[in-house]
Amino acid sequence: MLKTVGIAQKDDLIEVMPSLQRLKQGPVAIFECFQPIPCNPCENSCPKNAVVIGEDINNIPFVDHDKCNGCSKCVSVCPGLAVFLIDLSKDKGNVTLPYEFCPLPKKGEEVYGLDRSGKIVEICTVTNIRTAKSLNSTTLLSIETSKDKVNEIRFIKLKEENNER
Amino acid sequence: MIEIDALVVGGGPAGICAASTLAEKGLEVWLVDENDQLGGQLVKQTHKFFGSKEHYAGVRGIDIPQKVDLCKVKVLSNTSVLGCYKDGVYTLIIEEKTYIKVKPKGAVIATGAQEKFLPFEGNDLPGVYGAGAVQTLMNKEGILPGKKVLMIGAGNIGLIVSYQLLQAGVEVVAVIEGADRIGGYWVHSAKVARASVPILTNHTILKAVGKSEVEGAVIAKLNSNWEVEPNSEQTFEVDTICLSVGLAPINDLLWQRGCQMQYVKELGGYVPSRNKFLKTSVDNIYVAGDVSGIEEASSAMVEGKVAGLALAMDIKGENFEMEIEQAFRSLKWLREGETALNLRKGLEKIGVIEC
Ligand SMILES: Cc1cc2nc3c(=O)[nH]c(=O)nc-3n(C[C@H](O)[C@H](O)[C@H](O)COP(=O)(O)OP(=O)(O)OC[C@H]3O[C@@H](n4cnc5c(N)ncnc54)[C@H](O)[C@@H]3O)c2cc1C
Ligand code: SF4
Ligand code: SF4
Repeated sequence: MLKTVGIAQKDDLIEVMPSLQRLKQGPVAIFECFQPIPCNPCENSCPKNAVVIGEDINNIPFVDHDKCNGCSKCVSVCPGLAVFLIDLSKDKGNVTLPYEFCPLPKKGEEVYGLDRSGKIVEICTVTNIRTAKSLNSTTLLSIETSKDKVNEIRFIKLKEENNER
Repeated sequence: MIEIDALVVGGGPAGICAASTLAEKGLEVWLVDENDQLGGQLVKQTHKFFGSKEHYAGVRGIDIPQKVDLCKVKVLSNTSVLGCYKDGVYTLIIEEKTYIKVKPKGAVIATGAQEKFLPFEGNDLPGVYGAGAVQTLMNKEGILPGKKVLMIGAGNIGLIVSYQLLQAGVEVVAVIEGADRIGGYWVHSAKVARASVPILTNHTILKAVGKSEVEGAVIAKLNSNWEVEPNSEQTFEVDTICLSVGLAPINDLLWQRGCQMQYVKELGGYVPSRNKFLKTSVDNIYVAGDVSGIEEASSAMVEGKVAGLALAMDIKGENFEMEIEQAFRSLKWLREGETALNLRKGLEKIGVIEC
């Protein structure tokens, strides 16, 4: 399916999912990078050495979720925008995703949470926005989701498209 | 007649790396490009690049040219190389008015590639663009090509340009692809898919609809023999059709000079025969980047380095083989993955001319 529609399916995702135990401990990176391509900035960016690709930069990243502390460095560096942070340690779920669109939503704003095919899943609240220069124009958006939707929501749409568009 | 050590034609990633390398080795280098700005394709690549550190991975394409050291290179922009003759003379036209002749000891031709077109009814209507043109309009000139776009081709270029159209606020109704699988990286298709753009494999365009400009597009399903399935037509209301169906090397100068050429489908068309140091069949002409086979900016940069080093060895009679070996290793990794399978087939076909 990945090959034909370009969307990761359940079977693909099982392989890269952190353990339930790890998910409950706090934010952790999930790598949705399933194809051998010549690329390794995620490995170089990780201060915890949680990501291993090795000498052949085509290898698919291997992630040690127990070493990952959810610092989000790999999320902003990945040119494939294929890394997300998910957090199940609180009452609500939280997803941090790379976002390269404008206008940006504001903290506290309600937005549509979309799944991997762009379908609306639910209304989410923006909890954090990071736009530092070091992030190289990739904004990190964090949104609050239902707990059972953290593995579904991967993109957002503004509720009211700004008139500036 | 101006005599110099080395001439590099084309200021894309391959050319700037070749020129920088030649200058670093102490040669007098001219770098010539017909555009007003160096970078070739890079000047419109607003996305972050793949690769590893040495290929500027994670850096946006538009930011790469500034990272290459060209302070010892004489850069001539707005300058076209018109001809390349048997006696080693190159003719240049600067700013469309000054005509000069240059005779270098050696040259690296890094002229890049141009887009392929597709035959279908109505493809001459205003509103049918190549993806490169859309990118230039949008990312360089700041002009939107349209409001509603159908993208033809799900290779990396089709996917990235679709993503960039979305970023610019343009609606992309679908990306269609004749083959039965997505040709570009899946991470790119995922970006486009989660922004609600369907990717339809096994689909082709039949015609563009409209009187004086594009008003719609008729597409249809293809079976495994690339034949149109009856009654599978669908019409999209769009004002723009964007073609991203492959690139072909810009090889005019090589033909003119009589370099031995080979047709290699996997490399995009006619490419120069060459040895592994990128030397063509003509003694002091080297090639690098898309002109020697359609590939990527990351490998174009490494090829530029190889060609630069090899030409510097020729001219100076010094040995830079260690550095060349290092560059070869880097190329090997870039070409190792499954997405480069086709490319490897093409490179195998071209073989190696004994130097
Ligand atoms: C949409 C898109 C996305 C891409 N994304 C990526 C990516 O993510 N990663 C990646 O690695 N690669 C990517 N590429 C591919 C990459 O841009 C090309 O492979 C690369 O630019 C080739 O470099 P080059 O130096 O060979 O040629 P070019 O970049 O094409 O440069 C050639 C230059 O030569 C000039 N020229 C040609 N003829 C003459 C002449 N006679 N006189 C003077 N000047 C001349 C041209 O005007 C041009 O400026 C992408 C390409 C496109 C179109
Ligand atoms: S979130 Fe931080 S620690 Fe975790 S894998 Fe990414 S870079 Fe490493
Ligand atoms: S940086 Fe992103 S695209 Fe590149 S290998 Fe890592 S996860 Fe995959």
